[in-house]
Parts: sequence; C-alpha cells; structure tokens
Amino acid sequence: MKRLVTGARYGLRDWLAQRITAVIMAVYSVIAVGIVLKNQPLTYPVWKDLFAQGWMRVATLLFVASLAWHVWVGVRDILMDYVKPDGLRLTLEVLSLLLIASYLGWTIQILWR
Amino acid sequence: MVSASAKKIRPKYLSLPALLFEIRLPVPGWVSILHRISGALLFFPFAAWALYMLDTSLGSEQGFQAIRNYFQLALVKLGMLVFIWAYCHHFCAGIRYLFLDLDKGVELRTARITSWIVIAAGLALTALLGARLW
Repeated sequence: MKRLVTGARYGLRDWLAQRITAVIMAVYSVIAVGIVLKNQPLTYPVWKDLFAQGWMRVATLLFVASLAWHVWVGVRDILMDYVKPDGLRLTLEVLSLLLIASYLGWTIQILWR
Repeated sequence: MVSASAKKIRPKYLSLPALLFEIRLPVPGWVSILHRISGALLFFPFAAWALYMLDTSLGSEQGFQAIRNYFQLALVKLGMLVFIWAYCHHFCAGIRYLFLDLDKGVELRTARITSWIVIAAGLALTALLGARLW
C-alpha cells in the first residue's frame, strides 16, 4: 500500500471519533435550540446568564472541541477525494488545522472573558 | 455483428459536464453529496459567522442589540436560512449514517425511503426554524 503523508491514518480511531463527536454535538444542539426557543423573545440578561453558568460554558467548549475533531476528519476526507496534488493538499490541510485551532481559541476567549 | 454495448467507449472518464449533466445521482447519492457540501459550508464560513455573532451578542448589551438589528437585514436572513438548512440537513443525514453504520436500513428500498425522509426533514426543519427569523 502506498502511504502518503497527506493520506488517511488507515485506522478505526478517526472513523469512531467522528461518530462519537457527532452524537455529542447533536445532543448539545437539541438542548441549545430548546433553551433558546423556550426563552423567546430572547433578552440580553437571559442570554448573558445562560453563558455565565459553568455547565453551559463547559458544554459549549465540549461542543467546539468535538467540532474540531469531527471537522478535521471530514475536511481531510474531502481534501483526499478532490485535491490530488500533494503540495496543494498539504497546504489546504495546514490551513484547515489553523482555522480549527483559531475556532477553539476564539471560543475559549468568548466563554471565559 | 457488433452489439450496441460493444460500441460504447470504455473506460469512461468523468468530466465536469458529465458529472453535472449526464450522470443522474440516485436519491441516497444526493443525500451524500449534500452532506458533504453542507459540512464544508458549516466549517467555513458558517462556524466563523456563528462565533462572530456569539462573541458580539455576549460582549455587551449594545452588541446584543446590534445582532438583533443585524437579523433584520434581508441578506443576513438569507444567509441564516442557508446556515439553518446546512445544519439541519447535516444533522438528519448524519443520524441516517449512524443507523447505516449499525447495518440498519441498508436495503435499497429502505435506503431510498430514508433518503427522501432526510431531505424532507432537513427542509421542514429549515422552514420551521427559519420562520422564527421573520
């Protein structure tokens, strides 16, 4: 088998991780949408208090951490399928990782300022 | 005598026009490619957009009001509709794939039915949640 630097890791871990993180995000999404719909019309104090609670901050961070892992597997799948030149693929993979890292950093900044 | 099938040019290479106009995807194929497209859109630009809105709306009372007013813009509403559709389709199609992974619903007939359900559910949820923007 030809093993590329920019190829898959030929394992079960990413496949499983993508599914577990998907379930975590799905559960968070349903709860978050439920809270927002229950508090209509949404006011600033309610919105602010929601994200001031420890569990909501941790849950949101868990969501974005799941997103980071999930989206990395997905983006890499897409790049492996459609971008054939190795150099370009590696460049796009690095840019994707930088974007994912900045999403994580930004989220922490928003939640704990 | 040469049969009709023997005259066909093989192998057939896929060109963009062939992909767009010649090949007709079955419904599960549409769910699959839309799952990819919606996933890519959610990664960029929608995740960045969502973080921007979360940042501004949590930052201050004025920021919260600014996002309120922001939602009145037609272009923002349109963008939000696409965002909501991408999320809902990706969500519904994802649940279908989780069941397929467990070997549930892999028969052709069932797979087609659940594909239609996913497409319909994605659009219905978009309509339901999108209606709240107006």
